[in-house]
Amino acid sequence: MKVTDILNWENTSLACGKNSIENQITNGYNSDLLSDVMGNASEGMAWITIQTHKNLVAVASLKDLACIIIANNNKPAHDLLDAAEEEGIPVITTSLPAFEFAGKLYNELNK
Amino acid sequence: MSNAATEKLNDFNADLHIHTVLSPCADLEMSPVNIIREAQRKGLDIIAITDHNASAHCKVTGEIGKEAGIFVIYGIEVTTSEETHCLTYFESLEKLAEFQEIIDNTILKIKNKPKRFGYQVIVDKNENILGDIDWLLLSAVKLSLDEVTEKAHNLGGIVIPAHIDRSMFSLTSQLGFVPPDLQADAYEVSKFSTPEEMISKYPYLRNKTFIRTSDSHYLKDIGSVSTVLRIKSRSFEEIKMAISNTCERKVIINR
Repeated sequence: MKVTDILNWENTSLACGKNSIENQITNGYNSDLLSDVMGNASEGMAWITIQTHKNLVAVASLKDLACIIIANNNKPAHDLLDAAEEEGIPVITTSLPAFEFAGKLYNELNK
Repeated sequence: MSNAATEKLNDFNADLHIHTVLSPCADLEMSPVNIIREAQRKGLDIIAITDHNASAHCKVTGEIGKEAGIFVIYGIEVTTSEETHCLTYFESLEKLAEFQEIIDNTILKIKNKPKRFGYQVIVDKNENILGDIDWLLLSAVKLSLDEVTEKAHNLGGIVIPAHIDRSMFSLTSQLGFVPPDLQADAYEVSKFSTPEEMISKYPYLRNKTFIRTSDSHYLKDIGSVSTVLRIKSRSFEEIKMAISNTCERKVIINR
């Protein structure tokens, strides 16, 4: 599936990175510890987190992740959006809690 | 009259949290020589060099500082496994090296991409580049805050959780609150907060020592906030006494 498929879901919206929404999502990873993501996430994953700061972009870019999903109505920081736009990483916000979003994504990916 | 009262104590202006060019997030202007020059210009008597999980610039900054009349404390800002930032300070280069070895053996070693995170270069006193650190220094070590505290204390070090008020990499952001049972020697607040504000949130911190620092990543920030250390003379032991509030030594936060 692609990042753009997620954008069709209710309760989600694209915060930035519209030029990269055709990125393929191979799998998902749910974590709020950057070092955990750096150590265990892999290329093409959609990363679900409640963190909102700029360092997310560096980690997502380092690991070539498909997109960042900021769950539970958390609002991304402005400098995160600037950095993500520059790096071409889609940032999606959702009102769903991380658990629910991850469950939904898991089901879609394993259909 | 006690011994302590007969000793003359002096107030020294200290900024105990400064990054050098070795930290990927610090400005390339943050060379040891520039930091000392800026510290002099800002009227600081004591500074601490605290790079992220690294200490390669402590020795050279200490040497330049000595010539310039600035006392340099050797430190490391450790990223604990909870991803809290924790300041650690050591008396000698030997103790620092021992602690650095613990960090190097436990940090998650992911290759740095300088274009993404910034350069991690080691320079000499003339700003010649001597080398760089290959793994990303922003990564976390596989030791919890309690474990980092214990290991630093075993080496006679001082442990101060960093910027406990901030919304990232702090006790409050990572753990939800400041744990009442930490064995920390003091707590650091950033320029955006005050000890009073933290005490109003966490009343059990009211008898703790606080420091306020610049957490400088740019030259202009050095000394933008500082802390006064009331001590007899500038030594690690005296500073440790001020932080533990013993023998009349104390820490006074500048307003």
